[in-house]
Amino acid sequence: MISDLLRIEGLRVYYYTRDGVVMAVDNVDLFMKKGETIGLVGESGSGKSTLGRAILRLVPPPGRIISGKIVFDGLNLTELSEEEMRRIRGKRISMVFQDPMTSLDPLMKIGDHIVETIMAHETLTRKEAEEKAIKLLEQVGIRSERFMDYPHQFSGGMRQRVGIALALALNPDLVIADEPTSSLDVIVQFQILDLMKELKNLYGMGMILITHDISIIPGIADKVALMYAGQLVEFADAKSFFNEPLHPYGKALLESIPNIQHSDQKLKYIPGNPPDLINPPKGCRFSPRCPYATEKCREEEPPTIMVGHHRLVKCFQY
Amino acid sequence: MLPVLKGEGMPLLKVVDLKKYFPVQRSFLERLLSRRIDYVKAVDGISFEAEKGEVFSIAGESGCGKTTTGRLIVRLIDPTGGKIFFNGIDITSLSGEELRKLRKRMQIIFQNPYASLNPRMKIGENVGHPLEIHGIAYGREKEKLVMEMLEKVGLQPASKFYNAYPHELSGGQRQRVAVARAMILNPDFIVADEPISMIDVSLRARILELMIQLKEELDLTYLFITHDLAVAKYISDKIAIMYLGKIVEMGEKEVIFSDPKHPYTNALLSAVPVPDPNVKRKRVMLKGEVPSPINPPSGCRFHTRCPLATDICRREEPKLVKIDDNHFVACHTVK
Amino acid sequence: MANLTAPKMITSMLSKISPRRGVEGLFIIVGLAIILTFIFMAIFAPVLAPYDPNKTRVGGLYESPNPKFPMGTDRLGRDILSRIIWGSRTVLIVTFLSMALSSACGVTLGLISGYVGGKFDTALSLFMDSLYAFPGLILAIALAVMLGQGIMPVTVSLTVVYVPIYFRMIRSEVLSMKESLFVEAAKAIGAKGRTLIFKYIFPNVIPSIPIVLSLNAADAVLTLAALSFLGLGLPAHIPDWGFDLRMGYGALTAKIWWPGTFPGLMIVLLTLGFSLFGEGLAEILNPKLSGG
Repeated sequence: MISDLLRIEGLRVYYYTRDGVVMAVDNVDLFMKKGETIGLVGESGSGKSTLGRAILRLVPPPGRIISGKIVFDGLNLTELSEEEMRRIRGKRISMVFQDPMTSLDPLMKIGDHIVETIMAHETLTRKEAEEKAIKLLEQVGIRSERFMDYPHQFSGGMRQRVGIALALALNPDLVIADEPTSSLDVIVQFQILDLMKELKNLYGMGMILITHDISIIPGIADKVALMYAGQLVEFADAKSFFNEPLHPYGKALLESIPNIQHSDQKLKYIPGNPPDLINPPKGCRFSPRCPYATEKCREEEPPTIMVGHHRLVKCFQY
Repeated sequence: MLPVLKGEGMPLLKVVDLKKYFPVQRSFLERLLSRRIDYVKAVDGISFEAEKGEVFSIAGESGCGKTTTGRLIVRLIDPTGGKIFFNGIDITSLSGEELRKLRKRMQIIFQNPYASLNPRMKIGENVGHPLEIHGIAYGREKEKLVMEMLEKVGLQPASKFYNAYPHELSGGQRQRVAVARAMILNPDFIVADEPISMIDVSLRARILELMIQLKEELDLTYLFITHDLAVAKYISDKIAIMYLGKIVEMGEKEVIFSDPKHPYTNALLSAVPVPDPNVKRKRVMLKGEVPSPINPPSGCRFHTRCPLATDICRREEPKLVKIDDNHFVACHTVK
Repeated sequence: MANLTAPKMITSMLSKISPRRGVEGLFIIVGLAIILTFIFMAIFAPVLAPYDPNKTRVGGLYESPNPKFPMGTDRLGRDILSRIIWGSRTVLIVTFLSMALSSACGVTLGLISGYVGGKFDTALSLFMDSLYAFPGLILAIALAVMLGQGIMPVTVSLTVVYVPIYFRMIRSEVLSMKESLFVEAAKAIGAKGRTLIFKYIFPNVIPSIPIVLSLNAADAVLTLAALSFLGLGLPAHIPDWGFDLRMGYGALTAKIWWPGTFPGLMIVLLTLGFSLFGEGLAEILNPKLSGG
């Protein structure tokens, strides 16, 4: 318990929109240790991005954290003031965004961006901060000559490297990467993931990798947290998950995506439609599409069950 | 000598040295100061053939020219150079009424299901409009044909979907509507431009299944454009890999995936993520990123990132050469 | 979610007005109430007005408001209330007519010009932009002077003033819509120019029209009043608020407030009605317009 870097308990994040209340994150429990990497996987509307933002208390209105605890290294983040949160963001928990273009100020040279970030949290002289920034850029594979360039002078992959450098500038304990490679081509994605792996091993920080592409998880994440319709439906170590997914959604998902290593695959598609988060299905939210669904599944919400030592599944089958 | 992939009979689609250059937009001042116009050489001389009944994939990263190729084939844009033959007929410069008649035989499914349907028309009207345009069916009869098509793509009950509007449907459903609209005229050939990349993961297999099923049922031929090689492997018979406006490797699916010869293909395939932690494979790490298509590198366009690049690669552009039955490569290092 | 074809738009709007809407809903309701009141007044003028608005000396000269003449009489002894009621007819006829004509003209030209492009479009845009560059009132005055007096000439001048607004708005929407994917998709299925304009582009630019219509109407009421105030446009025998305002204005120094105040109030009220309606509509429709 004490060694947990992050403990999320009973988190609920709702959006109060004109069309109704969107239950984006609905009673989620999650925990991770220091230095661990969790792959937070789900489709659009699963709540994964909202969960990532909630940890940093960056949920945009009309969203709000309704209830629950987010305990980070002993501190309950939901109870902190905005000023206290500001001291944590960037310094102890940082974020890498999907679109590196929108998260970088187009009028600021990227070198200055990093220097400002460093100096906002640490007492260093400008010279010292610049030296540190240059070293960081080199670490992420950007030559020091590019220190004075503007974001638009970089390609997508390079900008993402800058985003990573910014996230690491203050040596945080936890990095939340929200779809960091979704807008990148395959080869650049490979480069960036490799870089992230290397850096997280070097710095020993924890990472939550949020993605809709489950294929990038092996090799980089220790655990898989699978989300569906705002709920955590399975939480297992990565190897066990891929070898034998327990939750029917995870199973169906893996059977529906093409694997380039296989020949003569027969993909099985998942019937039905993504759930309505304002009026989610009664009982188990996956039941309308689940091949194993029983009457009970459609009536009652399944509990989260511990299977084996450290595996959690939200399903009546277990 | 044009690269001809061996198959049965005359190819349904034959593309010869196809080119598309886009002039780069210049500001007023730039136009005053210099006469030189730069071009984005989006497609720079590609040739291939697709046989009737097969799925021919064009795969590559963004900027390689695959999307432009798709639009060129269905003549939504005009080629800068080269020729396109459909069923033996030269359609390169087709226009007006002739072009409209071609539309009955050749259709396209776009990448973005959220933007490709008219938001002010009901689903039934969206799907049925081609029938009206080409004078094939109106009123009651049109409705009947549309309903049949909606059922075929799995949108049931058809009457409910007929009267719905696009914004009431999910992305996956909208794409099925787009498929229905493309198929309603019973074309011979369909260009599918990244048809599943903007759809939720859990709904993608459904669309792929649908497309495969309809291909059998309606005797179709596909030009399948994608950046996702795992999908390309799943669905294609033949595949062409594009890089910066050129085809670097092309051939039958099994051959390309089991024995890729071009260093780019190699790097590309090894970079594709695999949902299986037990797999250990040799991964080729490429440095840098794709150069700009405005001023592509001299000689072989890939030489700036190629681990095998030699002197000749920097000077001379390699031609697409047949190295085996149904296997073509454009690379100096391949014998 | 509402679909936005015209009749359904009204009903879905009305349903959205209740509880959650707040300010925008209030705007629409109040605005609509005002407009409808005046329309009612205009339609039933012969029945509602107690006297002939042009008949002089029905009462004394400058009689202050009293039970017989709730709004008093003007300098010719005419009943101001009757003039107000009949005046609403004038205003509404001219406003609605010029709105209808200018929108029909501006929208059609905008559609064609935006779609066709080329030299035709460049020339027409240049022309429209130069019209638009004139301050509306100055242009209206110039046209009114040129065209002379009468309801039709005034309507025409107002029409001309507002055509460029519709033209510019529709044209810019057409330009962006021309590049949209569903238009490209329509080309791919073989649709021709005319079909593309009227079945694909036009239905998608319609939603922005009612807002502009309403706001232009507000402006038109003021412009018409200004024209009449200056003695241009409408002949003397047609009851008109702007003209009455002018006549009443002179009497203010003698502390005779009613011949000027009531027409002035009506002008402001009607303008407010159109503005509130237009603004409320904009608030409600805009999220739909951007969302899809």
